[in-house]
Amino acid sequence: MNAASKVAVLKGGGSLERTVSLRSGARVQQALSRLGHEVIAIDAGQDLVAQLHEHRPDVAFVAMHGGAGEDGTVQGLLEVIGVPYTGSGPAGCMRSTDKALAKYLLREAGIPTPDFTAVKESAIKELGVASALGDIERRLSLPLVVKPASQGSALGVKFARSSEELPGAIVGALSYDSKAVIERYVKGRDLAVSVLDAESPEDAPMALPVVEAIPREEEFYNYESRYEIGMTTFVCPAELPPETTKLAQELALATYELLGCHGVARVDLMLDGDTGELSVLEANVGPGLTETSLLPLASDAAGIGFDELVERILQSAFTR
Amino acid sequence: MERSSSAGGDGRGARPTAHELARYEALFAARTRGMKSSAMREMMALTERPEVISLAGGLPDTSTFAPELYARLMAEVAAESTARALQYGPTEGMAATVGCIVEVMAAEGTPVDPADVIVTTGGQQVIDLVCKTLIDPGDVIVAEAPTYPGAVPTFSAYQADVEQIEIDADGMPIDELEAALDRLQSEGRKPKFIYTIPNFQNPGGVTMSLARRRRLVEVARERELLILEDNPYGLLRYEGEPLPTLYSLDAAAVGRGGASDLVIYLGTFSKILSPGLRLGWAVAPRPVLEKLNLGKQGSDLCSSPITQMFVAAYFAEPGTGSSESAWIEYVERLRKLYLRRRDVMLESLEEHFGGRASWTRPEGGLFIWATLEGNVDTTDLLARAKGVAFVPGRAAYVDGGRGSSSMRLNFAGVPDEDIREGIRRIGSIMGSDTGLLGTLTGSPSAPSRQPDTGTEELAPMADIVALPRRDAQDPARPARRRRDR
Repeated sequence: MNAASKVAVLKGGGSLERTVSLRSGARVQQALSRLGHEVIAIDAGQDLVAQLHEHRPDVAFVAMHGGAGEDGTVQGLLEVIGVPYTGSGPAGCMRSTDKALAKYLLREAGIPTPDFTAVKESAIKELGVASALGDIERRLSLPLVVKPASQGSALGVKFARSSEELPGAIVGALSYDSKAVIERYVKGRDLAVSVLDAESPEDAPMALPVVEAIPREEEFYNYESRYEIGMTTFVCPAELPPETTKLAQELALATYELLGCHGVARVDLMLDGDTGELSVLEANVGPGLTETSLLPLASDAAGIGFDELVERILQSAFTR
Repeated sequence: MERSSSAGGDGRGARPTAHELARYEALFAARTRGMKSSAMREMMALTERPEVISLAGGLPDTSTFAPELYARLMAEVAAESTARALQYGPTEGMAATVGCIVEVMAAEGTPVDPADVIVTTGGQQVIDLVCKTLIDPGDVIVAEAPTYPGAVPTFSAYQADVEQIEIDADGMPIDELEAALDRLQSEGRKPKFIYTIPNFQNPGGVTMSLARRRRLVEVARERELLILEDNPYGLLRYEGEPLPTLYSLDAAAVGRGGASDLVIYLGTFSKILSPGLRLGWAVAPRPVLEKLNLGKQGSDLCSSPITQMFVAAYFAEPGTGSSESAWIEYVERLRKLYLRRRDVMLESLEEHFGGRASWTRPEGGLFIWATLEGNVDTTDLLARAKGVAFVPGRAAYVDGGRGSSSMRLNFAGVPDEDIREGIRRIGSIMGSDTGLLGTLTGSPSAPSRQPDTGTEELAPMADIVALPRRDAQDPARPARRRRDR
């Protein structure tokens, strides 16, 4: 156990995942108090910097999901103020949170990820992307999933079964971000592997047991419900052949390294139902920490209790 | 981003293991599956920031209530009735409060017997208690489409099957109701009650015509169904003649001591006085009333005597001008205020939505329902909107699929400037959205607003679905239907 610190828990903020972040933050605060730390809770709003100046914490625990807490904004701010913080740095955050960038990097590195392309709102307005919709469809083939590049909320995820639905899906996704990722839909099993830095900075990060998300009611192509709380059951460790588990964990670790994540991250994967192939969908540098979130579930299955998990994430602030 | 399983709640220090989570799952009642924390709710939570102009809430403007009066009445209750105010009260409500309710009902043109009244914790509790009394899992409730978004989670919690009838300018079309009832019967499903908001419907803003009211009561009688008449805004009428309540129509027709035996009437002090009091009521046929009473005992024993006594004290307060009672004068003030705000919103809609949307013109209440042209999803629009909030139309449909191009706008809760600015903001994002879609689909972008030729100028007006009684006066003209099916 390390020495007690004055820890600012940053939570809330203005993202679509605000309420979940408030719950994650509250739970982290309790764990930190039990661990003997002095806790300052900060709802990241207009007075974030003022509060940091006033309280002068030793370290900031970033418990924010989505938005400024996950895209590198808060991290950059903490660096300039001079407060050490948990999790990935600005570059790692940007590479992970921008799903388009992450997928281009994955593809270049030879890590499998579903075929995709990215569209910016400005390109539709200025470069005549409309004429490329046919090319996109031919290249990726229907059905397609359209997601805002940097959003985690279920609301932004659109599904296009036909050519007619594609423009609406793109405009819908672009309501949540200025950039959208259009991805080939992979039907299969939905897996998540959380990666945690080792206790000693010399050791390699470790992949936690695989979690499988199983939609409770199998509705054909009801992609959105997968992201809807309460519509899914989670199994950990996922019931997979040992070699599949091993490969999923290796892919998660490779993704974590490639994107430059630090401290902790959760990598979402798909196991193709037809080909049995694994592919990486995205990496999340601000994984949830509520009672029902995937990271604590996986950590628990690995024998790491919540308090220990929180302490380990906290220490990642000092191993950058 | 966060993804999580369905077991919710804030643990206090305990560290649930994977095994424990599975145990919660096993313990949860089947009805909790219908209770989901939706992503839309997350988004609505985001709009509760001070810089956001909210046209989303169902809020009356409580800042209009005189602070001195509130302080004096509360002090009176505190000083004169300490022990009673701090004690439990009767489940059916305190006699003095029931007396106030009888007064409000009389103002609604609906005389009732105090013995037929139960005081509830807000009107919302009536919906809950009626479901608790009447609904087994799978039973059918017939509601309007769109319907009050706050009733949807209650219906879901009781595992009701909700059949929604699309409304038009005159409320629920009774022929379509009958067709739906026939179909349900042929499928061997029997509805238990028809849920309707006849006056200034939430969220539709339309009012059920007198002819339909009469016919609805007849249909319910023929088919031995109950009606839940939700009437929170009846006294907030800004123009036109008040129409009789379903309760009074049935009571007059049947004449059983002046009481209806098929209408459960839901009333509330929330919109004519204060939602913070959490006081509403039901007037119901005796056998139903008894069950509601038993249900309420199980829910909360009684509604707060403190706020009940406040209401009684308030209703005893004499008026200072136009009326004998302060409460009637207050309702008159609210009517003037909300009428002006409604007109401000209608003007703003004409200016910023003209040619790109249709909207209702309510004769009272709090809400306007606007439906956008083309394939614009208002849930996405809300995400795009920074600094303004409204309720996406999908929230008013049980299946969550319909209503996607509509929105509910509250004109009562915010000042004129905010209404103008809020509508302007929505109009400007609508433009960017439809423009983008037009570019992608290769179709010309939405027509610019305020067309300048005489014929086109009429176009936005023709799309207004609730021009008062126009359809009723002109039988040759087919009822104008909503566009959001």
